Amino acid sequence: MTSLDIAFAAVGLVAAVSGLLAVTTRHVVHAALWLVVCLGSVAGCYLVLGAELVALVQLLVYVGAVVVLVLFALMLTRAPIGPNPEVMTSRAHRALAAVLGASVTALLLSVLLPVAGPARRRPGTSNTAVAEQVFGTWVWPFEALSLLLLISLVAAFAVSRMTRAAEVAQSELPEPTAPERISQ
Amino acid sequence: MIHLAGPYALAAVLAGLGAYGVLARRNAVLVLIGVELILNAANLLLVSVGSVGADTWQAGNVLTLFVITIAAAEVCVALAVVLAVFRLRGDIDLTRRAE
Repeated sequence: MTSLDIAFAAVGLVAAVSGLLAVTTRHVVHAALWLVVCLGSVAGCYLVLGAELVALVQLLVYVGAVVVLVLFALMLTRAPIGPNPEVMTSRAHRALAAVLGASVTALLLSVLLPVAGPARRRPGTSNTAVAEQVFGTWVWPFEALSLLLLISLVAAFAVSRMTRAAEVAQSELPEPTAPERISQ
Repeated sequence: MIHLAGPYALAAVLAGLGAYGVLARRNAVLVLIGVELILNAANLLLVSVGSVGADTWQAGNVLTLFVITIAAAEVCVALAVVLAVFRLRGDIDLTRRAE
């Protein structure tokens, strides 16, 4: 056990426990708040692993933007405050889901742990090196990603407008003669 | 010096928890929380492999940044769909059959 191992174990334990609470709590809003704790401690894991830039981006984009979006969606869909048994499936369904989740974990552990190997040196990555690679080797994927963000923005707009059109069509259905009355 | 067993184990646990969250939740937004946990497990694997090896192109870090961006785009579209479903059906219960 090195000091980095102990630091990682501490942060990783917080991440695992808060992740467990995020997927099992019956309070809808608490699930989003436990997700904040989980993603924040994963950012801490990145710091322990020496990836400072990734840790900061994780805090900025995940904890800052994604969780706020999730909370907004919970508010706009009138999520109830307080424990809500409606969010969980039936007991048998949950047991099956737990078995499947545990088997995913077991499968990944059985594949990954044999290749973990002994303790290794962790040099840490400088932000300069990452920036050089982002705007050098990875510049075309980077540009494609900016296009993807634009497309997703337009798609989100299109989806919300599409439903409004459907609602208008629905509300106009009972009175098909309304425009004629206006013209008369 | 760091053992990679810790990061690998945490990534496996997060992926399992995310799979459980996707399968056991009825609320569509809470299903998305499970998806975020799975994405974080993938990111943790990328970073942990990239941090110890001779990472010439910084692939571990850069690909993690890309995955975080893709996750943001995915959440944006997914929440638009969830809100559209809520407006049409009045709830976002994934087990309820549409009329």
